[in-house]
Amino acid sequence: MTSRLRQARPPYVGVAILSSTLLLLSGCAESGVYLSFLNPQGPIAAAQRWHLIEVVVLLGVFVALPIFVLLPLLVWRYRYGAKSPRYTPKWQDYLPLEVMVWAGPIAIICVLGFLVWHYTHALDPYKPIAPHGRPLQVQAIGYDWKWLFIYPDQGIATVGVLAIPVEQPVAMRLTSATVMQSLLIPALAGQIYAMGGMVTQLHLKATKPGRSLGENTMYNGNGFHHQKFTALAMPPEEFKAWVRKVRASGVALDARAYKALSQRGTVAELVAALPRASHEGNIYLTQVSAALFPAVVEATMTGTPTALGHVLVAPAGLPAPVVRKTAASSMENAP
Amino acid sequence: MNAAAIIEQPLGRLGMDSLPFWEMLQHPTEENLINGFIGGGAACVVVIGIVVVCALITFFGKWRALWSEWLTSPDHKKIGIMYVVVALVMLARAVIEAILMRLQQAVGLGGGFLAPDHFAQLFSTHGTIMIFFMAMPFLIGVINYVMPLQIGARDVSFPVLNSISLGLTAAAAMLVMVSLVIGQFSTGGWFGYPPYTETAFTPDVGPDYWIWALTLSSVGTTLTGINFAVTIYKERAPGMTLMRMPLFTWTALCTSILMIFAMPPLTVATAQLALDRYLGFHYFTNALGGNMMNFMNLFWLFGHPEVYILILPSFGIYSEVVATFSGKALFGYRSLVLATMTIAVLSFTVWVHHFFTMGQSANINAVFGIASMLIGIPTGVKIYEWMATMYRGRVRLTVPMVYAIGFILLFVLGGITGIILANPAIDYQVHNTVFLVAHFHNVAIPGVLFGLLAGYHFWFPKVFGFRLDERWGMISALCWLFGFMLAFFPLYALGLMGLPRRTVAYFNPAYQPLEIVAFLGALLIGCALLALLIQGWVSIKHRNENRVFAGDPWDGRSLEWAVSAPPPEYNFPVLPVVNDADAFAAAKEFGVAYQQPDEFVDIKLPRNSAMGPVLGGLGFVMAFGLVWHIWWLVIVCALGTLAAIIVRGFARDTVQTVPASVVKEEHGRWLDAVQHAAAISRAAECDPANEGLAEQGAAGATS
Repeated sequence: MTSRLRQARPPYVGVAILSSTLLLLSGCAESGVYLSFLNPQGPIAAAQRWHLIEVVVLLGVFVALPIFVLLPLLVWRYRYGAKSPRYTPKWQDYLPLEVMVWAGPIAIICVLGFLVWHYTHALDPYKPIAPHGRPLQVQAIGYDWKWLFIYPDQGIATVGVLAIPVEQPVAMRLTSATVMQSLLIPALAGQIYAMGGMVTQLHLKATKPGRSLGENTMYNGNGFHHQKFTALAMPPEEFKAWVRKVRASGVALDARAYKALSQRGTVAELVAALPRASHEGNIYLTQVSAALFPAVVEATMTGTPTALGHVLVAPAGLPAPVVRKTAASSMENAP
Repeated sequence: MNAAAIIEQPLGRLGMDSLPFWEMLQHPTEENLINGFIGGGAACVVVIGIVVVCALITFFGKWRALWSEWLTSPDHKKIGIMYVVVALVMLARAVIEAILMRLQQAVGLGGGFLAPDHFAQLFSTHGTIMIFFMAMPFLIGVINYVMPLQIGARDVSFPVLNSISLGLTAAAAMLVMVSLVIGQFSTGGWFGYPPYTETAFTPDVGPDYWIWALTLSSVGTTLTGINFAVTIYKERAPGMTLMRMPLFTWTALCTSILMIFAMPPLTVATAQLALDRYLGFHYFTNALGGNMMNFMNLFWLFGHPEVYILILPSFGIYSEVVATFSGKALFGYRSLVLATMTIAVLSFTVWVHHFFTMGQSANINAVFGIASMLIGIPTGVKIYEWMATMYRGRVRLTVPMVYAIGFILLFVLGGITGIILANPAIDYQVHNTVFLVAHFHNVAIPGVLFGLLAGYHFWFPKVFGFRLDERWGMISALCWLFGFMLAFFPLYALGLMGLPRRTVAYFNPAYQPLEIVAFLGALLIGCALLALLIQGWVSIKHRNENRVFAGDPWDGRSLEWAVSAPPPEYNFPVLPVVNDADAFAAAKEFGVAYQQPDEFVDIKLPRNSAMGPVLGGLGFVMAFGLVWHIWWLVIVCALGTLAAIIVRGFARDTVQTVPASVVKEEHGRWLDAVQHAAAISRAAECDPANEGLAEQGAAGATS
């Protein structure tokens, strides 16, 4: 993300009023969860909000305003029974006006087209967020009806909460173990689909600590409306402590835990199935192999969703075996 | 699918548990009871409705008339009316579903009263019905009725095919209705994305109902598109060059071209999904080489042009309405034709904007984002041209004009939110939220539905010979307008607050106030529908005071106003010769309207054919058999269809003749009525004084 985008501020009073109205809408509910990119908690969402304001102002001033003023005027001035204004029933061709009605929209679309090109590239979810370096790696797997977040470098995984350190970019890879889903954390970044047998990417960053709404937006069955999570941004030291806490208090991701995870059910139902792994309504898992994510991609792609034994912890708590290099994992590592 | 299975399970998957109330009786929990009563109640309404209609027909002894004068009629006018009847019935169902969904969401903080599965069926049927069984039949019905009259033709090119298209569409609509009574409908939304709709995740009959309803309807619509396009190319009256066609006919042509090219991808997509579900193929599965994105590409390759299939005819209606009720020629005819064609062509270049979030490169997204915005250019042109038409005119605020003005104002907002969504960087945020729901309703309700309702008011006197009640029409129009705003503007805000679409319940109280406002809007829309019904009742009651037999109640401009209301079966006693873009307006101006032709000749019309109802009926039963795996029924219906087509091939007596003497007598009667009618100025156009003859000259149009 360029600094220009991060520091962008509405330069006009009108824009400020508009954005504060939007801010009111976006609200931070009593629960203290940020719901919307109109109240952004990171640079991507902030840039998206600024982009929205630009487009709304441009279209409002040059498209809506003239029509909202002109049309009522026309209907009133040329109402049936009006005596004074001219009546020209055959006036149907006037080249200068024709040129204007085409030129106006073309000019507006040219400006918008430029904006689209610029922002689409600047805010491409596949684009790593500057400063480059080692972003926090997170792998998200969509199940019915919950997300599993794997931290491959830390060897842990969570359900129901996505903890991230502030100011460190997050590089997320997504797939689905079931139907198509779409992961959205509005206050941090836009959404991207998660699809079985495929890997998509999303980059995001939080600039201040706080709790943001995270959700699946693609309908996937009866528990769809329960498929929410909290994106929990915290200072880096707190994040390290959090990782230690998960390691200390989570349970190992073994075949039994994985089976419970991959069954259709909400986070609450998973908590009921894995009470020892649950903390404040979320699930903490440890000894998670970095090979789990590519293995799930491959298993979904080949139609053998249960063939994951080799990347799960053995029941006795033995470390997971080394995984062979799969087609999916090499694809996943491709640039 | 072997012989043993057919014998062992003659009813396929059909069992007691397919009936409404079953789940409720087996497991009488509170939730099951509520949902059982709502679902079962709806099923009862369908069954009782059918029984009552059948009883009434029997009581009045109208079965024969229904069969010989309506169902088997190849007359484009009757087929058009039947299409609109289907559309209005389905509109009623889908609006009731919408109110139910809004009620659920209004009380949906933490739960609500509907089961998630029930809610999912509601949004799936609501969308499927509104697109395929409300908007499509409505616009096809209006085009069917009006277009041949506007181009000075006796009928469409393939009248029996027209009847077959209606049969297939009605069969598909019936299939959706039957899903209320037997089994359940899909929960996968109106676009039924796999792999969710694959057997692995949804093994029940729901997606099968959806697949076959869409297949029947898309085949019917493709045939309609061919029929309309050929009619417009080949059946125009002498002198009606392409650039003299009324704008509504132009939009009908563009819509037909879109139908021909856009419906096949849908047919292919649903056929592939059917192969996946029935024969274990892997087109769109997660595994074994399937790719669900192929379905999405095919679906939206249909789905986006579909948006313009729906909206172009309404643009055509607005063009006629604005010109007529401004007492002025349409401004910028050539620009409007060019803009319509531009929209038709561009509509095939934007489908990826339905899934910017698939993970493709920024270059692809930017190109499709800009392409989507390009459509804003011709659309903007149209709005300015309509405004220029009002300039220096005399605008009469009749019901169609109120719809048109409301449309322009609201559609501008819908267009703006469309351009917002066409920015991939913003779409990442609001895609799949209720912001998107608000956007497409904002273009579909003012854009499509208001246009069709304006057309309904505009052409109703032509079709039935009497005007609709203006007061109830205005009440209905205002309820639609304000109901729409109340119901959908809150959804923009809710979408910006991150509320996903298709959410049966939510757990954050911040959403509830706006959900309640949206529910009130839905109620107001319900009132609009009720007012429309009352209007029909009142108008029929007072029909004799509001007759417009002379045929021209609005001082119309195109040829459909140049005949009696209702028009004779053969439309024109002698085919008109056209010298001007606004053919009838020019004829009235030069005093050559209402002429007695020098001589009359026998008129040849297509004879009735049972092909429409027979193929529609067989299609319905076959689809039902496919849904429930009743294979013997499928085979019987397939053979029956084949036999029907072969038998039709032997039909030789397919033409009937209206003798010249009858034509002359009917025409004389009409001319007589015209001569005795009082020409009225526009001030009296909504009074009983309006007998369908317009006073000419500036005095008639302005004072």
